[in-house]
Amino acid sequence: MAQIDSEKYAVATQLQLTWWRFRRHKLAMISMVLLAVFYLLAIFADFLATQDPHATDARTSYIAPQPINLFDENGFNPHVYGIRGVRDMRTFKLVYTVDTSRKVYIDFFGRGYEYNLFGLFPTDRHLMVLINPERGDGIYILGTDLLGRDLWSRLVVATRVSLTIGLVGVTISLFLGVLLGGISAVYGGMVDTVIQRTIEVIRSMPTIPLWLGLAAALPNHWSVLQIYFAITIIISLLAWTDLARVVRGKFLALKEEDFVMAAELAGASQGRIIFRHMLPSFASHIIAAVSLALPAMIISETSLSFLGLGLRPPAISWGILLQDAQNIQTLALAPWLLISAIPVVVVILGFNFLGDGLRDAADPYG
Amino acid sequence: MISFITRRLLLGVMTVWLISILSFIIIQLPPGDFVDAYIAQLSSSGSQVSAAEAENLRQLYGLGEPFYVQYGKWLARIVTGDFGESMEWRRPVTEVIGDRLWLTLLLSFAALLVTWGLALPIGIFSAVRQYSFADYAFTLVGFIGIAVPNFLLALMIMYFSFVWFGASVGGLFSAEMALAPWGWAKVWDLMKHLPLPALILALGGTAQLIRIMRANLLDELRRPYVVTARAKGLSETRTILKYPVRAALNPFASNIAYLFPYLVSGSIIVSIVLGLPTVGPLLVKALVAQDMFLAGTIVLLLGVMTVVGTFISDLVLMWVDPRIRHQMD
Repeated sequence: MAQIDSEKYAVATQLQLTWWRFRRHKLAMISMVLLAVFYLLAIFADFLATQDPHATDARTSYIAPQPINLFDENGFNPHVYGIRGVRDMRTFKLVYTVDTSRKVYIDFFGRGYEYNLFGLFPTDRHLMVLINPERGDGIYILGTDLLGRDLWSRLVVATRVSLTIGLVGVTISLFLGVLLGGISAVYGGMVDTVIQRTIEVIRSMPTIPLWLGLAAALPNHWSVLQIYFAITIIISLLAWTDLARVVRGKFLALKEEDFVMAAELAGASQGRIIFRHMLPSFASHIIAAVSLALPAMIISETSLSFLGLGLRPPAISWGILLQDAQNIQTLALAPWLLISAIPVVVVILGFNFLGDGLRDAADPYG
Repeated sequence: MISFITRRLLLGVMTVWLISILSFIIIQLPPGDFVDAYIAQLSSSGSQVSAAEAENLRQLYGLGEPFYVQYGKWLARIVTGDFGESMEWRRPVTEVIGDRLWLTLLLSFAALLVTWGLALPIGIFSAVRQYSFADYAFTLVGFIGIAVPNFLLALMIMYFSFVWFGASVGGLFSAEMALAPWGWAKVWDLMKHLPLPALILALGGTAQLIRIMRANLLDELRRPYVVTARAKGLSETRTILKYPVRAALNPFASNIAYLFPYLVSGSIIVSIVLGLPTVGPLLVKALVAQDMFLAGTIVLLLGVMTVVGTFISDLVLMWVDPRIRHQMD
């Protein structure tokens, strides 16, 4: 490292140091960008959707993914071809043929179904809608499901639900984890023993059967939003233990540090020592632990909904989309339904790499 | 050593106790008491229940009394082996569950063996031949193992085996063996079907263990005692296997208690995708149908089974790893 660099290094704040170190972790950087893209998708889900994700139409059942053609004879003019469904009289299956003579043009920022942007502003603008579509026409870049709903539109909306459920769940776990882990470390003795044994007990229980049991008991008449929060709480109740262990471990390690003793001798109150001196120095560790806990949350929700005991239709989440792809008969008929698995895998992998990078960067002096 | 066993035993008892409370809560959760539900179920299928009979049932389950009394009565009957009746199947719960519990146990245990059997040699290999082609390949497989939830893996394997081989990979028995009475032929049939689901179930845990094992062994390999051992002329295999590997085995020791519950948990969902005759599909069906005695009992038995399995693996580990034996004395 050059002389100037090491000078910069000496006066840099902890945040800068952490950032420099994190930047060296290529995979983590890529993952961070990728996850940012996913969260943008989630924020603008309805805007990006090409059709109402709930609108069903028996005549568009199981249409294979259709490409968007960018050029026609007059140059750049994005369009899709019309689709005609013909019933095969032997199997009674709808067979779709692409009608290349009929071009349906795409209108950017056109008007489609109504929604609330950011949940606040009512609007009906979408990135892409068709101009004068006939019944059954649509932008089916990822195909449609059994009920004729557009998979792309459902997937972006599902991304919003699944990603936020992870965030909300992790927030609850973090609260419980920091609170109980902190109490455990600060008070020690009997309190510590009880909390630690409780954590061990929770960790030695098989989680999925318990989640299933609790989730199945949620009343049927609850609204989608109530179920959403109930499921999040059920998942977080068993997931806070890892965070509590991280917090307790860090607390105990920091207690012995010189700067804590210096603060104590200077007469700082316990609250000031914890929040002003100790918390900033292990906040980065907590962030790393959180980013490693997030994928577990997302998998839990996806698994529960996949089994039909988590979120329930009309809610849309990754698990609910994958539920449609549950049996081999469906997959043989409509393999594109498995596309819903790709964002799940990418996001989980992304959070894992990000968490690894953050964990390495969390200790900038190490 | 005694204190280690006592501690583990106490922990196990605590866990079983907590699980029993949770199971009972699950049984209790649906609105209305379950005698009402039971009577509704019976009358919908044509049989009548008199008021006296209903009163008898209420007495038996202690309905209307405080929660802990009901819980106590339920627990007392469980201890004598009476788990109640499945409303959907109209048969004692134990009869409905039958072999499925043991098949769940078998599957989870097989997955445990696969996890160890793969993670140990691959972890050692990846560390010793760091940055080799195989190391990168295993790292890649490891990432897939972490990122793909096992039910997705099962789905994909099922799909691709259907596309490429035209064969279905589901089930633990072939069609003609499924209903056959137990015998050597059936056991052999089971053994042939077991590896694939066990592998699917094991992949996630294996990937994590490989990463931990590799990292730990890499740390150990840099220690001076390894240089000393080499300088003294020990063969390479002996140098590595005798000291650093044993020292790096620690994560196997500390993680084992949580690996088995994780596998049992995963087996539920993998079984549903692959259509395995374990308690998984039964549990989900019972929950959807609000057949709460069956569901609660399955949750309880799974919990107990997990605790026993974890306890046994602790004992095995204690026998293998002298550090655990001695640190507790």
